[in-house]
Amino acid sequence: MTTKRTQRAALGRYGQVGKTLGELDDRLGVAKGGRSFLDKIFPDHWSFMLGEIALYSFVVLLVTGVFLTLYFIPSQAIVTYHGSYLPLDGQKMTQAFSSSVDLSFAVRGGLLMRQMHHWACDIFVGAIVVHMARVFFTGAFRKPRELNWTIGGTLLILAIVNGFLGYSLPDDLVSGTGIRIAYSILLSIPVVGSYLAFLVFGGNFPGTSIIPRFYILHVLIVPLIIIGLVTAHMALLLRQKHTQFPGEGRTENNVVGSPMFPVFMAKTTGFLFIITGITALLGAFAQVNPIWQFGPYDASRIGYAVQPDWYMGFLDGALRIWPSWSFHSFGYTIPWEVFIPAIVLPGLIFNIVFAWPAIERRFTKDHEMHNLLDRPSNRPKRTAAGVAIFSFVGMLFIASATDVIANFFHVSLNSTVWAMRILCTVVPFAAYPVTYKICRELQGVKGGGKRKTPNVVTRTEAGEYLATPSPVYVDDLHHGRDATEVPTFIATDTEEPGESGVRTVER
Amino acid sequence: MSDVNETRTPVSVAGLEEVYSHLQPSARNPQLVERIIAVNFVLGAVLFACFGWAFWINAQPWKLGATLGGGMFFAGIGLVAWGKYLMPRGPFVEERHVLANSDADRDAFAAAIVERGGDVIKRRKLLGGLLGGSLGIFGVVAMFPLLRSLGPLPKNTLDHTDWTKGSFVVDQSGRRVSVGDLAIGSIMTVFPEGTQDSDRGQAVDQTVLIRISNQDFTTQKGRESWGPSGYVAYSKLCTHLGCPVGLYEQQLQMLVCPCHQSMFNVTNGAIPQFGPAPRPLPQLPLYVDTQGFLRSQRDYHVPVGPGFWERH
Repeated sequence: MTTKRTQRAALGRYGQVGKTLGELDDRLGVAKGGRSFLDKIFPDHWSFMLGEIALYSFVVLLVTGVFLTLYFIPSQAIVTYHGSYLPLDGQKMTQAFSSSVDLSFAVRGGLLMRQMHHWACDIFVGAIVVHMARVFFTGAFRKPRELNWTIGGTLLILAIVNGFLGYSLPDDLVSGTGIRIAYSILLSIPVVGSYLAFLVFGGNFPGTSIIPRFYILHVLIVPLIIIGLVTAHMALLLRQKHTQFPGEGRTENNVVGSPMFPVFMAKTTGFLFIITGITALLGAFAQVNPIWQFGPYDASRIGYAVQPDWYMGFLDGALRIWPSWSFHSFGYTIPWEVFIPAIVLPGLIFNIVFAWPAIERRFTKDHEMHNLLDRPSNRPKRTAAGVAIFSFVGMLFIASATDVIANFFHVSLNSTVWAMRILCTVVPFAAYPVTYKICRELQGVKGGGKRKTPNVVTRTEAGEYLATPSPVYVDDLHHGRDATEVPTFIATDTEEPGESGVRTVER
Repeated sequence: MSDVNETRTPVSVAGLEEVYSHLQPSARNPQLVERIIAVNFVLGAVLFACFGWAFWINAQPWKLGATLGGGMFFAGIGLVAWGKYLMPRGPFVEERHVLANSDADRDAFAAAIVERGGDVIKRRKLLGGLLGGSLGIFGVVAMFPLLRSLGPLPKNTLDHTDWTKGSFVVDQSGRRVSVGDLAIGSIMTVFPEGTQDSDRGQAVDQTVLIRISNQDFTTQKGRESWGPSGYVAYSKLCTHLGCPVGLYEQQLQMLVCPCHQSMFNVTNGAIPQFGPAPRPLPQLPLYVDTQGFLRSQRDYHVPVGPGFWERH
């Protein structure tokens, strides 16, 4: 004990940690920035966790994905299967498929990793969508955060694209049909379609290049871009600081919440573990994409009720319900029946997403900085527009299950398709006024946002009635809270805080 | 932890509690919460150990997932609870700094670009233009080896299949199909002989052979000789997105595409009756040779599969 104390004295006040940091600071000058990083304040709200779900499921994707690359062989060479899954014994298949089956059954922990990877992807895209909805409906995309909104939208596209690429790699009967559809969608592009399809596939479908090409895109190029954009997304978040909901002590010019170290770090690291845990439990108990049941891809065979992953659903739905209008004249064909639902429509949706901050500014003429979030009900028009767009995409998603719906409810496929066509057209236009009305109503409800100040009606002795506006509620007044101290020691049994390096965070 | 506290004198928190209330844990009963967190961490540790053991003995995948996932879950719950209930409840406040710099700083930045750039580049417009032009040409040219080497040009390969005059109709295993092979109402996937094992054969030449009746069958005017002995053959590629039209509704005499539910009436030249497919499935003209084998009269009269720009 005594020796320890002597050592500490020799090292200085903060022991080995202080010494190491000192050495580091000599060389890199990290002390000041490091301290202010640890003091960084993160506002607390459950909805700020949605982006974290996306980030951490991406971490799970990277780790499980690296495991899978060790065993997956991205080759379309034909082999005869003699592995441990006996029902497929003797079948001819590509090496991509046989190695996918092998890594599921012959590699220790392989099936778990594959299922975790697939589940993490479904969660990743889902979390991005929900996070994006939060950012949209609370107005967090407004100045100064338009750039981060654009990065986020790009990340959603990349996540969907990489999900599709990865889903295609095992070369099973279902994913192979998905690749076939992707090829036909490329073909449908006017003028350059057939050239584009041939360049991407290295010739006519299927060829032998598409799995290796999808592989390098899936494991290197797209993930690199995603990592770069995620880094930029985080860097902008740190630079611009997180938005917060209005409340006591919260203003446009401060951030109220928990410090980075240790409170936020503990919570967010714990959350990473929880996401990983839930993904692993899903991988353990919920079977996903059982490729060995689908069998290897064979261009002339097809499984019944072919369904892509959920995030491709809106595209599939659009392809199902779009009418068969093909243009054919002067010796040329424009396959509108594919080009519009598969290329024009998603292009339009994402362009609205990217342009939204500018669109909204055009109407509101609002060029101010916004660090306080809106309650959705206080922005009835934006909220109504958002609900309209979401309900449109949601209807397309439901339309991707027309055959399942027809079977389940015993209605004809024809009427199901027509019902979905009508719903996709009508629901967004109905959703707008309904949402708008609900928002306006909510504004008048206590606890539901910006309230109308009620009138207090009094009767004078003469029998005259007077209506006077009642006083403003206490919590409608937002007083600024003074900057409080982030202390060095935060245990309750600490030294006198005043002496031990308490500092006011004011940068 | 212990030797850090050792050097300090713990002070009574009684007086500080009011002033530094934001430093207090938010749990009403910290001891209880601490115990609950401890239980979570112990569960996590035990499950992680079980995971190691399960991996070692190569247990079933669900056991690996349950132990790994459970361990992560409990460790995570413990850590989140630690942060949420036992660490200072706050709230702490931080000022936002204004991101925008002063007008002078902005001007200086803009001046550097405009004035220096103006001096050095603008005066030599010719050089700048030439450099830009040459790099632009390089950029375009550099794209070509990359793009061009990716694949062959389509030429007219999309217009033709491998069915030619006199191709034998064979099944997936390469066996020639003769006129007595199919019962009425049954269906078979066929290829031109020699292509049944190739990629292109599978993807492009695949044809669905249906026996509709005993007599020669005419699906459309002008196709009187195409369906000998009730055999009709259509391209199996859906004209919507190229999925194999793999389902045959025998009662309705419809071919159904499982991808997007286009339906084609086989007795009527496979005209689409329903769904997003814009065109009928091309029909392959057949004949029966002297030995009773089914053969094709020639290639399909139109390109098979989904639409594309150059499709006539």
